[in-house]
Amino acid sequence: MDVSNIWYFLSGLTLLSALMVVLAKNPIHSVLYLVFTFFCISGHYVLLNAQFLMAVNIIVYAGAIMVLFLFVIMMLDLRKNKPESKSSLTKLAGAIVSGSLLVILVAAFHKNNLPAPSGETTGFSSQTGMVENLGKILYSEYLLPFELVSILFFVAMVGAVLLGKREAGERNF
Amino acid sequence: MELLNDVFTAKAIFIGIVFAITLGIAAYSTYFERKIAAFMQDRIGPDRAGPFGILQPLADAVKMFMKEDFIPANSNKWLFIAGPCLSMLTALMTSAVVPFGDTVTVAGVTFDLQGIDVNIGILWVFGIVSLGVYGILIGGWASNNKYSLLGAIRAASQNISYELAMGMSIIAILMLTGSLSTKTIVETQQAGHWNILQQPLGFLIFLICAFAECNRTPFDLPECETELIGGYHTEYSSMKLGFYLFAEYINMFISGAVMATLFFGGYDYPGYAFVAGQFGTTVAAFVGMGALIGKSLLFVFVFMWVRWTLPRFRYDQLMGLGWTGLIPLSMFNVVVTGFGILIGQPILAGIGGVVILLAGLFLNDAIFRKKKIA
Amino acid sequence: MKLSNKTKVIEQGEMTLAERMYLPAIVGGMATTLKHFFSKPVTIRYPEQKRYLGPIYRGQHILKRDEQGAERCTACGLCAVACPAEAISMVAEERKKGEEALYREEKYAKVYEVNMLRCIFCGLCEEACPKEAIFLRHDTMVPVFSTRDEVIYGKDKLVEKMDQRYLRDGWK
Repeated sequence: MDVSNIWYFLSGLTLLSALMVVLAKNPIHSVLYLVFTFFCISGHYVLLNAQFLMAVNIIVYAGAIMVLFLFVIMMLDLRKNKPESKSSLTKLAGAIVSGSLLVILVAAFHKNNLPAPSGETTGFSSQTGMVENLGKILYSEYLLPFELVSILFFVAMVGAVLLGKREAGERNF
Repeated sequence: MELLNDVFTAKAIFIGIVFAITLGIAAYSTYFERKIAAFMQDRIGPDRAGPFGILQPLADAVKMFMKEDFIPANSNKWLFIAGPCLSMLTALMTSAVVPFGDTVTVAGVTFDLQGIDVNIGILWVFGIVSLGVYGILIGGWASNNKYSLLGAIRAASQNISYELAMGMSIIAILMLTGSLSTKTIVETQQAGHWNILQQPLGFLIFLICAFAECNRTPFDLPECETELIGGYHTEYSSMKLGFYLFAEYINMFISGAVMATLFFGGYDYPGYAFVAGQFGTTVAAFVGMGALIGKSLLFVFVFMWVRWTLPRFRYDQLMGLGWTGLIPLSMFNVVVTGFGILIGQPILAGIGGVVILLAGLFLNDAIFRKKKIA
Repeated sequence: MKLSNKTKVIEQGEMTLAERMYLPAIVGGMATTLKHFFSKPVTIRYPEQKRYLGPIYRGQHILKRDEQGAERCTACGLCAVACPAEAISMVAEERKKGEEALYREEKYAKVYEVNMLRCIFCGLCEEACPKEAIFLRHDTMVPVFSTRDEVIYGKDKLVEKMDQRYLRDGWK
């Protein structure tokens, strides 16, 4: 089978499941479609020979973050508040946010004048996505951003711990 | 192209064999679980079906298939069915990257005794393990039952918490090996240089996390009978329940195989070189496969042994152990391993680290602990 | 308030490190289970193997005959009175001429029934019997039954067979 056929199939599946995330009535179904979307994206990573990103995408997004999403939605039991009950203000805010995101994306693509894929493979190294090369680049060329990101995470973690910490004398139950 | 097809066929057959072995071992684990439980309680266990009761799994399977397949009226039907299927799927997928043996030549085709050798092998294992919770989560939610939901939520938070410590304990191994590929990890451990010698602490952390990830006692809170009736599988019956239970046994076997791969030299066994020299590498590799399965079965026995010894943790104890016990310990382990690599003495550092840790804790204990008043 | 001087106040300090780590305790527990793993099972595979029940086990009832083969029971009803579960019932009949070899006393039980669903095998009928006629055998248990008709044991099942006399250790 040709690789481009797999690509078309995978892309169609990605778009379909991404649409279903938005269109699904039940929030649980929505989250499950989102998980499926992540899988499709991981499939794209495999096609790009970026196995490390594939695995990390599955572990972090599908395996941990989506589980927490599912967790929270199950706990909240959102079936009680039907979509109709949402106020028009929420709808308006949602429309504005998504609309401006769309504008930003379109503008970014338009400005950058991305070249159309030419099928040119001379400058492409199949080993770019391998974990060894990725690690070397991360720890040499992109060391500063990498460390900054880790500091960001660390700050977020400290904040979470601080918020979750029980203060002296406070009763939590 | 012809060669590729041959290798492809050989791999397909090999994967089929691995599946058959996994399923067979999982089926017989149910029997051995009951037998081991019986022996530890001075009983005999199932001995009616066939000699020594070895046909008991068949009888159980017949029972499972014959029972009424019940789907609760208010459940989410498709997700209710999807839950056990997902559990089974994720349980079986992990074995793809476990190297069962070295290169063999059978009928003129040379191939590895391994499903796929990807250079992120161990991450694949983690990815699949982290997905394993979906089966439980979806099944528990779709049952539309408070007990099931609570069980599912417990499973989710428990798995996520222990995955962290598990990943951290692996990092030390990766530092020693310098590769994520399971094949490379095993190859660096050949001829008796097993990682357990350098990573006693890492192994302990990994073992505890494996117990938690498989939802086995003492971490089987998702199916805690005294609190949650049956936990996430309260509403399940017939073969759907069977799938859940089966997936647990498969997970046990596979996690045993992963532990053997990471810490106990994989398919390495004493006298590998001798066998290879005497009977050829193919025979040696197949014996190695037997050795790996033997090691995994040993771990399955340990799983059962622990189950019939220890009581369950309380939920806050479970979380406390995971977050405040194992994660700092695994960080310590990473630091010690790094130090060992720096001075070129990983074994010394591994053992020395444990000694220093214990000494420090005892010292802290001796100074700050409130004494017992006799 | 102190009722006796036996109370002892124990104050527990914090757990020691070994106790907090659980590991020594876990190893100890696992050693215990492993020891039992290799010890001999205590199971008795019941239908094939039978436990020795002792010489005074109280199993199925038997109405004894004397040495000459005459029934000892005189239908006095003391067993029925003694029975806490009211499992025994009987109909008395006077002995006719020529039946001396069959019945030892001048009155005998024409019908003697024990309801095995009610019986609690306490042995008070044995104690009450003045004629040493009813006993609970130590070697036979009341078998499993599936219909209620089998439950009430009449004289056909209770009276001792002449070809298999029931004897106990210590009886002579």
